[in-house]
Amino acid sequence: MSEQIDQALKRKYDAGFVSEIESETFPPGLDEDVIRRLSAMKDEPEWMTEWRLQAYRKWLKMEEPDWAHVDYPKVDYQSISYYSAPKSMKDKPKSLDEVDPELLRTYEKLGIPLHEQEMLAGVAVDAVFDSVSVVTTFREKLEEAGVIFCPISEAIKKYPELVKKYLGTVVPKGDNYFAALNSAVFTDGSFVYIPKGVRCPMELSTYFRINEQNTGQFERTLIVAEEGSYVSYLEGCTAPQRDENQLHAAVVELVALDDAEIKYSTVQNWYPGDEDGKGGIYNFVTKRGLCEKNAKISWTQVETGSAVTWKYPSCILKGDNSVGEFYSVALTRGKQQADTGTKMIHLGKNTKSTIISKGISAGRSNNAYRGLVRMGPGAEGARNFTECDSLLIGDQCGAHTFPYIESSNPTAIVEHEATTSKVSDDQLFLCQQRGLDPEKAVSMIVNGFCKEVFRELPMEFAVEAGKLLEISLEGSVG
Amino acid sequence: MLSIKDLHARVEDTTILKGLNLDIKPGEVHAIMGPNGAGKSTLGYVLSGREGYDVESGSADFDGKDLFDMEVEERAQAGLFLAFQYPVEIPGVSNMEFMKESVNAMREARGEAALSSAEFLKKAKEACKQVELPLDFLKRGVNEGFSGGEKKRNEIMQMIMLEPKLAILDESDSGLDVDALQVVAKGVNSQRDGKRSFIVVTHYQRLLDYIEPDYVHILSKGKIVKSGGPELAKEVEASGYAWLKEGESA
Repeated sequence: MSEQIDQALKRKYDAGFVSEIESETFPPGLDEDVIRRLSAMKDEPEWMTEWRLQAYRKWLKMEEPDWAHVDYPKVDYQSISYYSAPKSMKDKPKSLDEVDPELLRTYEKLGIPLHEQEMLAGVAVDAVFDSVSVVTTFREKLEEAGVIFCPISEAIKKYPELVKKYLGTVVPKGDNYFAALNSAVFTDGSFVYIPKGVRCPMELSTYFRINEQNTGQFERTLIVAEEGSYVSYLEGCTAPQRDENQLHAAVVELVALDDAEIKYSTVQNWYPGDEDGKGGIYNFVTKRGLCEKNAKISWTQVETGSAVTWKYPSCILKGDNSVGEFYSVALTRGKQQADTGTKMIHLGKNTKSTIISKGISAGRSNNAYRGLVRMGPGAEGARNFTECDSLLIGDQCGAHTFPYIESSNPTAIVEHEATTSKVSDDQLFLCQQRGLDPEKAVSMIVNGFCKEVFRELPMEFAVEAGKLLEISLEGSVG
Repeated sequence: MLSIKDLHARVEDTTILKGLNLDIKPGEVHAIMGPNGAGKSTLGYVLSGREGYDVESGSADFDGKDLFDMEVEERAQAGLFLAFQYPVEIPGVSNMEFMKESVNAMREARGEAALSSAEFLKKAKEACKQVELPLDFLKRGVNEGFSGGEKKRNEIMQMIMLEPKLAILDESDSGLDVDALQVVAKGVNSQRDGKRSFIVVTHYQRLLDYIEPDYVHILSKGKIVKSGGPELAKEVEASGYAWLKEGESA
């Protein structure tokens, strides 16, 4: 059986192509000059440049974290280029007609048409290519509702007060090594602002694409939901197949004010490297949301890509009665390594959090769940429920669970359940006896295992996520 | 339909089947009886191609094709169905999804178009009715939290939906009360159409009161030691399998 599964797991990476696009790329290296040039390139106000430099100085004094259950050669931060943008984007195309057709073709090939008439109805997209945003669709329609959805580089110039007020409030400049690096060198990302009482009329989504070689991608996303507003946001990511490792260190900050709700979904399919672990993306990401009174933040992630993943989307439940949720599917195969989970910090009274984590390990991969639930002294009557399930495919992979629970309030209740199971010979045989080939069988069993999480994704993307898992498990069966 | 010649097969290092011969024509029902450890379940697994059940020698011709030259799913697609003695759970995958994939995989192999959701649902509802399972059964995970009786009825439901050429029922009566037994038998009988064949593997004669076989074979130590009509099952019921041992010592 294990041989059949191995075959079934030899995955194709459909997004592994390279686009022939002339780029303007900084030479590798990082110092204050590079940051100043980067900031100048983006035509940023002085306060932003200064903010970046402060972050850089903090970063210089920090150490790269090594506590995660992952193992990779040390990254040489001086060998990375910190800025790369398609040349055609320099003149800032005003409309889609002026965008380089090769860029549009890249997104089309990835299944993300950027012409509004061809798009999924009701989904607005911000397409980020290497260091810049290529296009943001449906902006006018969103503006009618008062919703701002634009590249963060543009928001810094157009809405400086909003950006200044919230940037770095949830993930401070010096929060951790990768967040500090991101704060110093972030190039683009999305900015979302939902005014008071507004229910965002469509799904918002950002699609990140790394194309250029030896560059890092450092995007920064900031979402602010004013009192009583609602937004559902999705990000997708892919990169070409290359032999070298590439660094992706993003920061996402969510602010949900009183009674607001933010639903943040990720379908991450960065290039995972080949069978032997050559190449692939290092995905070192800091994602955190702040909930004020009665607010709710829900993180849903489907992680199938990257060579190494280090990522803990978290919620600070500051306001009374606020709610945090984390639903995760992390699939590792080949020699992929993932150390992912969440942090739920309960500060307010009657705050609630739910964590559902599904880890699937195949090949020689390692998959770890790391989660912290902290009940602060003021978390009167707070509750957490954690369910952490691991599925093993084959016998050379590993699944690990590192739950941390800290409670400073005797009325708070924390529940933790964990299971580990295997795709069994019996299950495979039953499926095959009912006419399914082993590939289809494994993919169906894995999909069933992930059902609780897929349910949380917006409908269009639940289908996409299911297919992605199928592709990830697909290969030629001999 | 199926012609097995001098079949020797082993599980790991132990040879279980030692020269088994069996000929099944379209529309026939063959009962295979025998004491525990005779190789009854092994026969079903070897025919369906389960890993770990290795053919040492002999042949099996299924509708003109060499069964042992086919993958598990190819045998299934060619019309060989095995109703499991202990059906396994697949958590999170609903019966409905599972059967839809299965039915359509079979159709695809036959070069037929996939069923639409409406067509599939109609078929599924009919099959549920035949084995007296409520419709919400389709929404539940495959065998997830099913009682023993529900699992067995579910196997028969799948058989009805897949319309195989040859169905092997591996102790589909074990652990069933009389009512459930009758439901299972009724489901099987409804599929007897003069073309479809069955191998009914059972330890007890009880099931054969409801599914009347054309032939009864007694399997002992990996060989068919006696064949006859339905009356042979009654003999076994009356005298048990002890005579097999006597025969050996004599």
